[in-house]
Amino acid sequence: MSWKLNSDRPIYSQIVERIQMQIVSGFYSPGSRLPSVRELATDAGVNPNTMQKAFAELERSGLIVTQRTSGRTVTEETEMIENIQKELATIQIKEFLERMNELGFKLNETIALLKEGDQL
Amino acid sequence: MSGGAEMNNNYLVEIQNLTKKYADGPVAINNISLAIGRGRIIGLLGPNGSGKTTLIKMMNGLLNPTNGTIAINGAAPGVATKKRVSYLPDKTYLPTNLNVSQIIDYYADFYEDFKKERAYTMLQSLNISLDSRLKTLSKGTQEKVQLILVMSRDADLFILDEPIAGVDPAARDYILKTIITNYNENATILLSTHLITDIENILDEVIFLRHGQVLLTATVEDIRAKKGKSVDAYFREVFAC
Repeated sequence: MSWKLNSDRPIYSQIVERIQMQIVSGFYSPGSRLPSVRELATDAGVNPNTMQKAFAELERSGLIVTQRTSGRTVTEETEMIENIQKELATIQIKEFLERMNELGFKLNETIALLKEGDQL
Repeated sequence: MSGGAEMNNNYLVEIQNLTKKYADGPVAINNISLAIGRGRIIGLLGPNGSGKTTLIKMMNGLLNPTNGTIAINGAAPGVATKKRVSYLPDKTYLPTNLNVSQIIDYYADFYEDFKKERAYTMLQSLNISLDSRLKTLSKGTQEKVQLILVMSRDADLFILDEPIAGVDPAARDYILKTIITNYNENATILLSTHLITDIENILDEVIFLRHGQVLLTATVEDIRAKKGKSVDAYFREVFAC
């Protein structure tokens, strides 16, 4: 997965979203160690201070834990990860439903279509 | 690492009421005051003729101000500041009859904070041979060598005048990664460029210059958050002709 960063909005929030996604998808598993700020900043081609800011935000949310000896790791609380997974899913569903609404589909019609799609 | 946490409270560079009027020309810098902190990467941006190079030359003691002061680590530009400032000028000045290896030795003799190993590693990554005489290298490769020399020092302040203008996109990426990897938390990099798109993701802050005056200083994330556009797009809007 390459870093697709859009310069039109704050870079650090895009990094937060991306790392959240990588944790939720299991790319970084619970309890696993994360690369250093410098490594990730170099990889993404962003300022290390920006990466640091993203990490600070992830730490505040509890998704990332700083260990004194082993650097930063993903939380081992799978429940927290599942909650964030659900949050991200909710955002996707809301956007999807809004778009379907614009296309003229009511909720029950959308659900019916989804069930049809399921059989394809 | 020089400095230390207690130094972080002081500004690395303080510029007060700085003016440069060329004897036979215009006012290039017009009453600028600026404070630059440590541990940041700052873009000095402005159209041609806005005063970027004049400001940089004064910071390196190559031009004397008509008025006002510059302090780097509390000292006026001179012998003391040259030990702590690594400068990439806008034109090549290296002796072209030497080979790359000799130039490295020359730099290592001159600057106490020069790290030869760092230079060798970067040269190798860019496939630049130590035996090549400088004048046999392309203009772009010469620029790479010069930037490698500048970035191989453990300076407090790196001042880079158009560091990426003459090199190809792949080398540009490598150079930007080099800047990210090599600078330490107490060092500041001030770089001037007009290629904003290529560098804006590595910047903390920007200084916009126009007609020798500071039009704006801001963090790049602030510009994105408040204006909803990239620094490049914002620059084009501010400087629209």
